[in-house]
Amino acid sequence: MFNTVSIMELIKEAEVRKCPIWELVLEQEAAQQQTPKGELWRRMKSYWQVMSEAVEKGTQPGHRSLSGLSGQEGFLMHEYAKNRPTLSGTASSLAAARAMGVSVVNASMGKIVAAPTAGSCGILPAVLFTAAESIGASEKQIIGAIFTAAGLGKIIDEVASTSGAQGGCQAECGAAAGMAAAAAVEMAGGTPTQAGHAAALCLKSIMGLVCDPVAGLVEIPCIKRNAIGAANALLSADMALAGIESKIPIDEVIGAMREVGDLMPSALKETARGGLANTPTARALEKEIFG
Amino acid sequence: MKSVFDIIGPVMIGPSSSHTAGAARLGKIARSVLGEQPVRAEITLFGSFAETYRGHGTDRALVGGLLGMNTDDDRIKDALDIAGLEGLTVQFKTADSADHKIHPNTAGIALTGLTGKQVYVEGSSIGGGNILITRINDFEVGIRGKFPAILAEHYDRPGVIGGVTGTLGENGINIASIKMVRQFRGANNLMVIETDQLVSDFVLQKIREQPHLIDVIKIEPVEVYDV
Repeated sequence: MFNTVSIMELIKEAEVRKCPIWELVLEQEAAQQQTPKGELWRRMKSYWQVMSEAVEKGTQPGHRSLSGLSGQEGFLMHEYAKNRPTLSGTASSLAAARAMGVSVVNASMGKIVAAPTAGSCGILPAVLFTAAESIGASEKQIIGAIFTAAGLGKIIDEVASTSGAQGGCQAECGAAAGMAAAAAVEMAGGTPTQAGHAAALCLKSIMGLVCDPVAGLVEIPCIKRNAIGAANALLSADMALAGIESKIPIDEVIGAMREVGDLMPSALKETARGGLANTPTARALEKEIFG
Repeated sequence: MKSVFDIIGPVMIGPSSSHTAGAARLGKIARSVLGEQPVRAEITLFGSFAETYRGHGTDRALVGGLLGMNTDDDRIKDALDIAGLEGLTVQFKTADSADHKIHPNTAGIALTGLTGKQVYVEGSSIGGGNILITRINDFEVGIRGKFPAILAEHYDRPGVIGGVTGTLGENGINIASIKMVRQFRGANNLMVIETDQLVSDFVLQKIREQPHLIDVIKIEPVEVYDV
């Protein structure tokens, strides 16, 4: 059974067998869980169902988080992107809107799919929804792409982390964006090697991103980091498809992520003690909400 | 190696997989260890849990789990109120995680059941909704809650393991893993057996009839797939 903690090896195997990464990931999972591929596929499809519903729901008006700190972000951006010419491009703006929308659903104690975490739950759905829309992808392509994302995510989790408390936001929104970038490339017909470059390019841009949630809530700046994550993922995918390569291989980028995460003080790792969480406005909001 | 469904999933009520979904799973396992309806819970929160629990709904999620809720249960939001209605008194404490070599998101749950039975369960939410139970009463364990499990505290005697495993085998239950754990102090041991199939109350009773056992409990696995 093919099993590895190296994305480079996963990519190499995919290139040798002339198949997309997701086929290897699905094969490995089926062998590991002693479960038929069809059943795994159906399960992933049901998760995509919840993700899509959250995407649709999130850009509606009328949401309000428990704290009242957020709610309208997805709706506002969606309205803007649909009705006005944007500076960053319609697809990028829509992806950002959708990512924020799902994030708002999460902050309102609504139902989402952790991918890999709830804090980053907006990124993968938004990227896949938007990229699929842009290229006219089938549902099969989308589900396959989710397996690609999961395959990379497993390795990022194993080698570095997907927990803000251990690796900062680079481990949550960073990992989600990196996974999504690779997934988008495969969905758009790119090679496994290009998928690897997309993930590397994406992760390099968010090295050292801290987890500094205002008032300890998964809202500020989390919701907007989901937006940036989605935009970063699509941009990184485009760069890779354009032929741009990451000089530092993806495995080493993840290794660096791990190193940086370990060097980060705990004040910047989901404890709300430093960074944005420690600004005068943040402390005032905290007091207002919790007394 | 992990599963793709450790990365994509769980389907959950937000806002945080480590501080909400993972917390709900910890609570649910603790309820399973108690094996009866809890009437009192003293929950100590460490590290990041301690610092951000109100904002992430960690307290609601832990209590929701104690009440038997799954990670995608819409009632989690109202768990603290529901606890009152169901006769569960809850008290929260926070503690510094400096002593804890494990993980920044750790909770220690002291539970009292309807019959007066008491258990202590300590565990961590290790990311993405996954959990690791590190301590049950005086035993250091390492249970992820993905399999059904039997925990049998026993005297150190020949044949005691065979009694338990034989009973499982006779009832068609396959053992996935088995680990022997010694207590911090004293001479009692703990058998931690993870099984492929669920263990019914009937089989649990048959196990309890075996020699040299002090206490036997079963743990139901955290929900794997319930979309």
